[in-house]
Amino acid sequence: MAGIELLSDQGYRLDGRRATELRKVQARMGVFAQADGSAYLEQGNTKALAVVYGPHEVRGPRAKSLHDRAVINCQYSMATFSTAERKRRPHGDRKSSEMSLHLKQTFEAAVLTQLYPRSQIDIYVKILQSDGGNYTACVNAATLAVVDAGIPMRDYVCACTAGFVDDTPLADLCHAEESGGGTSLSLALLPRSGQIALVQMDARIHQDHLDTLMEAAMTACKGVSRVLDGVVRQHLQEVSVLTA
Amino acid sequence: MLKSKTFVKKTRSGGILKVVREHYLRDDIWCGSEVCGECRDESPVLQRDACMESSLCPSPHYLIPDTNVILHQIDILEDPLIKNVIFLQTVLQEVRHRSAPVYKRIRDAIHNADKHFYTFTNEHHRETFIEREPGESANDRNDRAIRVAARWYGQHLSRAAGGGELQVVLLTDDQDNKEKAEKNGILVYKCEEYVKSLIANPELVDRLALTSDQNEINSGKVLFLEHLPLSKIQAGIKSGIYLQGTFHASRDNYLEATVFVHGEAAERKEVLIQGLQSLNRALHQDVVAVELLSRECWVSPSEVVLQDDGGKDEDTGEEEVEDKNKSAEASILKPTGRVVGIIKRNWRPYCGLLSQSNIKEATRHLFTPDDRRIPRIRIETRQASNLVGHKIMVVIDGWPKNSRYPNGHFVKNLGDVGGKDTETEVILLEHDVPHLPFSQAVLSFLPKMPWGITEEDVKNRMDLRHLCVCSVDPPGCTDIDDALHFRELENKNFEVGVHIADVSHFIRPGNALDQEAANRGTTVYLCGKRIDMVPELLSSNLCSLRSDVERFAFSCIWEMNYSAEIIKTHFTKSVIKSKASLTYAEAQLRIDDTSLNDDITQSLRGLNRLAKILKAKRVEKGALSLSSPEVRFHMDSETHDPVDLHTKELMETNSMVEEFMLLANISVARKIYEEFSECALLRKHPSPPPSNYDILIKAAKSKGLLIHTDTAKALADSLNLAEIEGFPYFNTLLRILATRCMMQAVYFCSGMDSDFHHYGLASPIYTHFTSPIRRYSDIIVHRLLAVAIGADSTYPDLMDKHKQATLCNNLNYRHKMAQYAQRASVAFNTQLFFKSKGILNEDGFILFVRKNAIIILIPKYGLEGTVFFESKDKPSPHIAFSDEGPTLTVEGHTFFMFDKVKVTVALDASNIQHQKIRMALIEPHITVTNYNPHNILTSGSDLGMRAKKKKKKKKKSHKY
Repeated sequence: MAGIELLSDQGYRLDGRRATELRKVQARMGVFAQADGSAYLEQGNTKALAVVYGPHEVRGPRAKSLHDRAVINCQYSMATFSTAERKRRPHGDRKSSEMSLHLKQTFEAAVLTQLYPRSQIDIYVKILQSDGGNYTACVNAATLAVVDAGIPMRDYVCACTAGFVDDTPLADLCHAEESGGGTSLSLALLPRSGQIALVQMDARIHQDHLDTLMEAAMTACKGVSRVLDGVVRQHLQEVSVLTA
Repeated sequence: MLKSKTFVKKTRSGGILKVVREHYLRDDIWCGSEVCGECRDESPVLQRDACMESSLCPSPHYLIPDTNVILHQIDILEDPLIKNVIFLQTVLQEVRHRSAPVYKRIRDAIHNADKHFYTFTNEHHRETFIEREPGESANDRNDRAIRVAARWYGQHLSRAAGGGELQVVLLTDDQDNKEKAEKNGILVYKCEEYVKSLIANPELVDRLALTSDQNEINSGKVLFLEHLPLSKIQAGIKSGIYLQGTFHASRDNYLEATVFVHGEAAERKEVLIQGLQSLNRALHQDVVAVELLSRECWVSPSEVVLQDDGGKDEDTGEEEVEDKNKSAEASILKPTGRVVGIIKRNWRPYCGLLSQSNIKEATRHLFTPDDRRIPRIRIETRQASNLVGHKIMVVIDGWPKNSRYPNGHFVKNLGDVGGKDTETEVILLEHDVPHLPFSQAVLSFLPKMPWGITEEDVKNRMDLRHLCVCSVDPPGCTDIDDALHFRELENKNFEVGVHIADVSHFIRPGNALDQEAANRGTTVYLCGKRIDMVPELLSSNLCSLRSDVERFAFSCIWEMNYSAEIIKTHFTKSVIKSKASLTYAEAQLRIDDTSLNDDITQSLRGLNRLAKILKAKRVEKGALSLSSPEVRFHMDSETHDPVDLHTKELMETNSMVEEFMLLANISVARKIYEEFSECALLRKHPSPPPSNYDILIKAAKSKGLLIHTDTAKALADSLNLAEIEGFPYFNTLLRILATRCMMQAVYFCSGMDSDFHHYGLASPIYTHFTSPIRRYSDIIVHRLLAVAIGADSTYPDLMDKHKQATLCNNLNYRHKMAQYAQRASVAFNTQLFFKSKGILNEDGFILFVRKNAIIILIPKYGLEGTVFFESKDKPSPHIAFSDEGPTLTVEGHTFFMFDKVKVTVALDASNIQHQKIRMALIEPHITVTNYNPHNILTSGSDLGMRAKKKKKKKKKSHKY
């Protein structure tokens, strides 16, 4: 019998979680003083660092600036040591530009860009360690960094993946589950309004399953949002104690 | 839930990669016992009074088996007596890695609520998880994990209120593990001593598998060479020293076998294996590695029939028999080899008889499997005297290199040998036909009775109740799955409808009923017994299109013109009310009786006329009409013994129904393929390789006829022309031969294959739509078609071509096994029949001529048998075989193919296990020097175990 059993008969996954349970999410805000906003986030073994500069004047050609809102510039990269095999990852390869684009779209939907016409917001994210759900970790870290920078948003953007095994939706896939075949859907959600900032899925799935999968991903996103909210509140407390 | 996790990293290095995985430990994993008040388990599995009376452990207790106990003693664990067992996750994972079949069995047992088996996820439990220590092997760690979990259970249960009595027993056969566990204060027993201590059921002891250390203790003499380890075999296969192939033991000679080497067509070959040493403990169907011997050691297959009668006492020296046939000419020497290792064992449970040991008190006995290709098996039992004369089932545990026979253990007693029920049971078991009664879970998905058609149902369906629909089937058929109607339209065209029982309405995808049906794959028809694919309520009632009741149907309706050309095809779900259920004979009578002119008769005549045109068109395109002798038993209604036997007749009405079913199948195949090019379930019949026809061409040549086999059309034409004056049966014989040349038709998924052609029917595309009651493939086709016409929705597995392909494999396998089982059943009933008849003299025809025998077909009974001209201990007559004809000249008389002969037929019951129909030649009379009418020139055709390789392509009158 080849392959690994992703979900046991007792309902436990490889790492001992149940189907709907998230990995342990830990985060810190304001990790770098120089940047306008920064955050470090761990989602299980996936670790991401996000830095935000701006809003500032548009750098480079003026033509890029928009008269009614801010331009969001995202850059995604992975550390050479982020996976089991050490690998040089140049900027601008297909995968990371796609990821950058996805991040850009996500945050254009969430940040109130019309408040800053003719300006630019830079979001840099780096994956330090990768164990599945890179996109979601980036989104969650970047959200915290944007909050740290004090840029107004409609809501937190919370992202989570969901997969499908034996007719059961699994929340927050780890690397083994992602590569174990089957579908993986990434969802970025504005949890309070329930609006979807971005949803992405590459593999095929029968339409009967789509609703349950979306449902699972949304619940997971709301779970993430509670954790992020806690992190923000705690950070606020620490900062206010310091300044007081 | 989230808060309860402690963080532990587990590192696992495989190769160079370092894999880091999270491993969460939980404190919400319950112990699963009714006693425990601490765990908040809603439905505890393990019982409070876990009552297994054991003299070792009188108080109630739970069992915790270790990995090896599960792997070896699965038969014990499956016994209903054994309850309240805790399976640790560590153990199950090890089982999963080591043996997929055992893992599946244990999972099934765990799912069975009556067994009270509980899986404890110890690896994720906060208190039972352990980390591997430096220098500790993975196995040792797992053993320790098992001990830790067992100890935890013991302490945990003793804390529980009222659980003081309850104990936990660890079962292990590993001495080291046992000692360590004892040191930790765990109650631990060896599996064997525990099972022996059980008071309730002493027979269970017999089912204990011999563990490896017992397997070894035998007389010190080493009989066989050691098998090579897998790594060496793989290296050898890569470098070409060894060949990998499937081992096929010879049915007639226990010292001989053939290995069919795997590989591309060019390098595919057969390697002959001779002698006990060279066979080296390989068993029929095993995948083995063979080494070719040098050319001077090559031999030719012996034509001697050898049965392993020796070994009254084990391991007596085997006289080497091979030398006898060294005389063979060099031209027929075959590549010869020896088995060096086993790549994959393909053991299954075997049915057979016990031969009791001569020593009265002995507990070791030999077991003779029914399948001649399987060697005898040594088993240990204390109830030998009860088992003698019964068919029993035995499983092999191993074959040590110093033992003449493999070791096994007793599993099940099937009943008296020769008894009808027992033999039917054996047939079903040997052919892997699932035949247990349907489980409650399956039955729960049946519609509630009384069942009726509601207004709601009718709204979604076409109401065809007013049409004059009738069904035509073989007599005694209760699962009627097709009905027909015919009417003239106003524009002078005809409307023809084929109405198929709407089984997919009742069997919804994915439920237990559906899964059971998918597993069974087909209904199996044995003589006097039917093993249904779906429960009887559906097969004989709700789905069966009986007359004068309203039934759901899936209809395929054509508009045809006068020359049977299809103008329009329409598929719809419908409600029909059949006006008459006729047999073929009744329908034929109506058509022929000119005085009848009612609606039904009129439509039958119309259908018949169109069917003839359709058939002519089909034949024009090159469809083959083949033949195989079919017999039908008349069963005594009381005793169910066969009282009469006759070949099936074919009437015009048979072909009438067949034509429309074929047409429906083809129309549906086109439709579903058009709609689902990736996942349509179709049926193909590959054209046979030209060499398959050699025997047919040769045979026809001997009668001065030429058979063209370039295309199906050419073959069909030349078969039609092949007639001999004054020998009407000749054509049928030729067709029987042609049938044997054909390939097997198979189901496949359109996304996985590119060749769709159906050779026998000369149709570019074909599927099965018309018998959903007895074939699962048709249910899938119904579902596809329902989606195609928008009457139903899809579901994930239907659209997944890989799942479809897996399903097709199962269906093909079940289908094949069902046919073998059917044949075995006919053979058994033939034996019963001849037993009651005594000795008969019958006319027959020579079907094949072999080097030392002729094969004779008796058309009256559809019976085939072999007459040998050589026998082991008699002087052989003078025989000359010529490959040309082929002909065989025995003592001056030359036998040609198709010669008419006269034989006596009788049942030979001298060997109770392998009763055979014995045929002896009486005309032409062959005189051998010392002729003895009872011994010479006779030999049996052992029908019981015959499995013809070439299969007929088309089944009975009622198969399309």
